[in-house]
Amino acid sequence: MLQQIINSLTDGFLLGFVYGLAAMGLSLIWGVMSVINLAHGPVITVGMLTTYLLFVHWGLNPYLGMLVVAGVGLLLGLLIYATAVHRVISAPHLSSLLATFAVNMIILGIFNAVFGGDQNNVAYSLGSLTIGFLNITYSRLLAALGAILFTVFLYLFLYFTRPGKAIRAVANNREAAELMGIPSAQVLALSFGLGSLLAAVAGSLISTIFPFTIFSGSPYELKSFVICVLGGLGNPLGALLGGLLLGLMEGVIPIWMPTSWVPVVEFGLFVFVLVVKPTGLLGAK
Amino acid sequence: MRALKQPGLWIYVGGLLIWGLAVLFIQDPTLRETSFTLLMYVGLASSLNILLGYTGYVSFGHIVFFGLGGYLGFYLLSVHGLSLYFAALLAGLFCALIAVLLGLAVLRLRGAYFALATIGVNEAARAFVSNFEPFGGATGMSLDYSVYSLYGGSMKALWLAFVLVWFTAIAVVVASYLVKKSRFGLSLMAIREDEDAAMVMGVRAPRAKTWAFAISAFFPGIIGAIYFFKNGNVEPGDAFRLHMSIEGLVMIMLGGQGTVLGPILGSLAYERLRGYLLVSPLFKSIHLAFSGVALLFIILFVPAGAVGWLRRRSARLRGVLE
Repeated sequence: MLQQIINSLTDGFLLGFVYGLAAMGLSLIWGVMSVINLAHGPVITVGMLTTYLLFVHWGLNPYLGMLVVAGVGLLLGLLIYATAVHRVISAPHLSSLLATFAVNMIILGIFNAVFGGDQNNVAYSLGSLTIGFLNITYSRLLAALGAILFTVFLYLFLYFTRPGKAIRAVANNREAAELMGIPSAQVLALSFGLGSLLAAVAGSLISTIFPFTIFSGSPYELKSFVICVLGGLGNPLGALLGGLLLGLMEGVIPIWMPTSWVPVVEFGLFVFVLVVKPTGLLGAK
Repeated sequence: MRALKQPGLWIYVGGLLIWGLAVLFIQDPTLRETSFTLLMYVGLASSLNILLGYTGYVSFGHIVFFGLGGYLGFYLLSVHGLSLYFAALLAGLFCALIAVLLGLAVLRLRGAYFALATIGVNEAARAFVSNFEPFGGATGMSLDYSVYSLYGGSMKALWLAFVLVWFTAIAVVVASYLVKKSRFGLSLMAIREDEDAAMVMGVRAPRAKTWAFAISAFFPGIIGAIYFFKNGNVEPGDAFRLHMSIEGLVMIMLGGQGTVLGPILGSLAYERLRGYLLVSPLFKSIHLAFSGVALLFIILFVPAGAVGWLRRRSARLRGVLE
C-alpha cells in the first residue's frame, strides 16, 4: 500500500513539472497583457503533433525534436499575436477571449480536416528505472527534467537579458515602459511567442508520455487555468508550484476515491480559490 | 409599463409568433426540427445577453444551467413521473436558485476572473454529474418510451416540445425587452459601464447582479429540460458542453451585445451558417476553421455586432432596433 502511494505520488510529481510548464505559458501571457489565451490548448496540440510528425516521418528523436517544437511554438505565438490579439489588446476582456477562441477554432478546424481524430502515439520507449520498489519510466523523468530546463531558461531570460527585462517592465506598467522607450508592441508579441513556446514544448513532453488526439490539448488548457489560479495568475514561478501541487493531487486523490472524482476536486478547488483568494494561493496580497 | 407602448417589442414578438404559427400550420417535421434548434438558441443567447450584454459579466460556462436544468427535469420526469410542464418549471426555478447561491460567491469577481470562474463551475458540474449515481453517472439517463404516451405518443410529444420551446423563446425576448427598458435594466447597464461609479450613485450592485444572473439562468434551465425531454436521453458530455457555451457568446457578438434584437439575429445567422457549412461538400471538413475565421473578423472589425453597427449608421433605426 505504502509502496503504491509513493509510486503514484512520484508519477504525479514528475508530471506536475510538465503541467507547470504549460501553465507558465498561460501565466506569462496573462501577466504581461491581461489576456486569457483560449488558444492555449491547440498550441499544446501543435507541440504534440510536431513531435509526432518529426518522429514518424524523419525519425527525429523526440527530445531533440523539442528544439524544433520550441521554434514552431514561438513563431506560431508571434503569428497569433499579430493576427488576432494585437487589435483587441486594449478592448474589453470579452474581445480578447473570443479572439483567442477564434484562433482555437481555426487551428482545431484545420487539424480536423488534415489529420482527423485518430489517436497518435510517439512510440519511443526508454524503459523504466527501478530503485527498490520505486518504478519510474524514463520518459516521465526526462519530461520533468525538460520542464525544469525550460523553466530555468525562462528565468534566466526574464531576469538577465534585455528583452526579458523589457517584458517584465511592460508587465509591471506598460505606459511607464513605453515612456522609457521600450517598444511595447514588440515586447507584447515576444511574450505571446514565449507563452506559446512553453505550451508547445509542454505538449511535446506530454506526447512522449501519453498517446494523444488532436483534441488532447484542451484538457491541459483547463488544467493550466486551474494551476494558474492555484499559483497566482501572472506569476510564472507560482505556476510551476501550482503544477506540482496539481500533479501531486492527481497522484494522491485516486488512493481514496475513484479516479473519475479527480476533476470534481480540481475544479471545485479552482472555483473555491478564485472566490476566496483571486490572486492565487501563492500569489501576493 | 412604458415599454409595452413601444413598437420594438411588438415587432419582435409578432415575428416570433408568426414564425411559430407558420411552422404549426405547415406541419413539416424537418421545418419543425430546424425551428426547434433555432428557437432554442434564440432563447439561450437572449437569456445570456441579460447577463453579458446588459450587465457586462462574461459568463463562459453559462451552459451549466442548460445542463443542470436538463438533468433535473429529466430526473423528475423519468424517476418521479412529474409532468413535463411541472418538471421544466421546477428545473428553471432550481437553476435560478443555484444562480443566486453561486452568484453570492462568483459575482464578486470581475472581468476575466469571473469568466474563468464560470468555466470552472461548468467543468466542476460536468465532473460531478459524471460521478453522481442518481443521475446515471458517466453514461447518463434514458427516457422510458412509455413516458411519451402521456403526451399522445412520441410524434405528439415532439410537437409539444416545439410549442414549449417556442413559448419559452418568446418569454425570454419579452423578459429581455422589459429588463432593458426598466429601472432595473438601467442599473445593470450602469454596472456594465462602471460598477464602482454605479454603486456610488446608489445602485445596489450586488443585488442587481444577482437578479440578472438568476433571470439569465432561469430560462436555460427550462430550455434544457425541454431539449432533453425531446432528446430522450441525457449525458454529461451533451449537457455541459463548453463549446456550446462559447457558441452562445459568438451568437451574441454576431448580432450585437446589449441589444434585444442582436442575440435573436445572431443565433439565427450563426445556426443557418453552420447548417450550411456542415452540409456543403466544400466546407464540410473545414467548417470549424471557417467559423473561427468569421468570428475573428467580427471581433476585430465589427465589435458592436450587426445591430450595433446599424444603430450607429442610422438615427432612424435607433428608434426601432433595441
